[in-house]
Amino acid sequence: MLELKNLSFSVDAEGEQKEIIHGLNLRVEDRKLMVITGPNGGGKSTLARLIAGIETPTAGQILLDGEDITGLGITERARRGIGFAFQQPVRFKGLSVLRLLRIAAGKDLSVSEACNYLAEVGLYARDYIHREVNASLSGGELKRIEIATVLARGSRLTVFDEPEAGIDLWSFQNLIRVFQSMRENIRDSAMIIISHQERILNIADEIAVLSGGRIERQGIRDEVFPALVGTEAAQDACARLK
Amino acid sequence: MLELTEVQKRLIAEVADLHKVPMGAYNFRANGGLAGRNTTANIDIISKPDGSGIDIRIAPGTKNESVHIPVVLSESGLKETVYNDFYIGEGADVTIVAGCGIDNCGNQDSQHDGIHRFYVGKNAKVKYVEKHYGSGDGLGKRILNPVTEVYMEEGGSMEMEMAQIKGVDSTERTTLAELKKDARLVVRERLMTHGEQKALSVYKVVLQEEGGTADVVSRSVARDKSYQKFDACVIGNAKCKGHTECDSIIMDEGTILAVPSLEARHVDAELVHEAAIGKIAGEQLIKLMTLGLTEAEAEAEIIEGFLA
Repeated sequence: MLELKNLSFSVDAEGEQKEIIHGLNLRVEDRKLMVITGPNGGGKSTLARLIAGIETPTAGQILLDGEDITGLGITERARRGIGFAFQQPVRFKGLSVLRLLRIAAGKDLSVSEACNYLAEVGLYARDYIHREVNASLSGGELKRIEIATVLARGSRLTVFDEPEAGIDLWSFQNLIRVFQSMRENIRDSAMIIISHQERILNIADEIAVLSGGRIERQGIRDEVFPALVGTEAAQDACARLK
Repeated sequence: MLELTEVQKRLIAEVADLHKVPMGAYNFRANGGLAGRNTTANIDIISKPDGSGIDIRIAPGTKNESVHIPVVLSESGLKETVYNDFYIGEGADVTIVAGCGIDNCGNQDSQHDGIHRFYVGKNAKVKYVEKHYGSGDGLGKRILNPVTEVYMEEGGSMEMEMAQIKGVDSTERTTLAELKKDARLVVRERLMTHGEQKALSVYKVVLQEEGGTADVVSRSVARDKSYQKFDACVIGNAKCKGHTECDSIIMDEGTILAVPSLEARHVDAELVHEAAIGKIAGEQLIKLMTLGLTEAEAEAEIIEGFLA
């Protein structure tokens, strides 16, 4: 279980401290899928980075299964079971897809095991496994490889920062299948997905609405979702085309 | 037969990936003298009469054979200049593995300057692999100044892989190539410098005749206070294609100077150069750390991949 207690985060804006997360409290139980939605600039991605340890909170606590992990770095948190899927995947000159998946898995995956992860994200594995994770891959391909690394990692708590960004409509269903298979295959695993896509909100157990650095509302899907339909916090799949 | 000390065997494993005597032709040079040689029906190795080096003659049509010519220096204060000439017959298809390892535990400089000349026959195909490596904790420097000259006949093809990853204090590499009609040259250089090392790499590739192609790519990492200069010039004298690229990671207090240049002397010469220098991106480190690596492990992984 992940708990955020009175979590605050400030950034230095032209010499002045500007608080963008204000005393936030949130709890994500094991086996639950929580979607955090809300308007752009509301602090969603910052919150995701605070959980992964990429940013350090200015106040408050982060607890994982009761252990205070606030002072731990990215590596220690990863080793304790926190996974993170980037909104904008990183490119690496020279590092192959296979190597990246092996690092993620923490062991020498066989080529066919590695290929299975690529197949799960809808990539024809043999074409990709030996390619470099560099600029020759399209944004959509990179994003799917990013999700494959998270699959290979198999963390108990995975944070996805806008997983649908950069993914075409065809693979949207695929993405939802990936979330479902992670829940089934990783024991007691929980997930936090940052998204304002209606279809992703639809598979949530719980929804939290983050606005202006505060949790505006939180509850089970059926309670929170209806009020969000048609707002910026719950866009349909075509919204990006408009 | 081959008589090598343990240090020399270790150096040979580093520079030629050899753990035992190779198949095919070879010439092992250790501390300025011959340590072992083997020739085959198609590949002859002859010492130059004045003792300045060797001639390697590969018969026309020789297929799938290899030549290993590693050099090791394990005595401090040794300085040598060696001329090796390769004559690759028409239509041959061979792999040549060279490399130099220096172990200097003493206080005097050790230096090996190898001058390799390749005469690549018509339609011949050569894969050339060269590794440089240094070890030893003496105050004496480990110095390597290789000169490579490549003369390619019509339709010849040569791929050169050159790596210097560790332990060489000072190196000045000069590579000159002249290509005739439809000849093809590919160079992949990998370089890592650390400490106060200095590495200069100069290429001059002349595409003399129609249909020639050259692709010279260097990837390098400069750490600590080391200095690197990459100076690659491609000259097009006919309808041809040339590409040169230098891609570097800079770390610590390293210095990298990239000087790619192109000279077109024909309206149909298509020449391109690219050069990029930058540090390891913070996001790359963060991504690998979210996969459980420490920052140091992530950095090592990124460098290893980059130089692979």
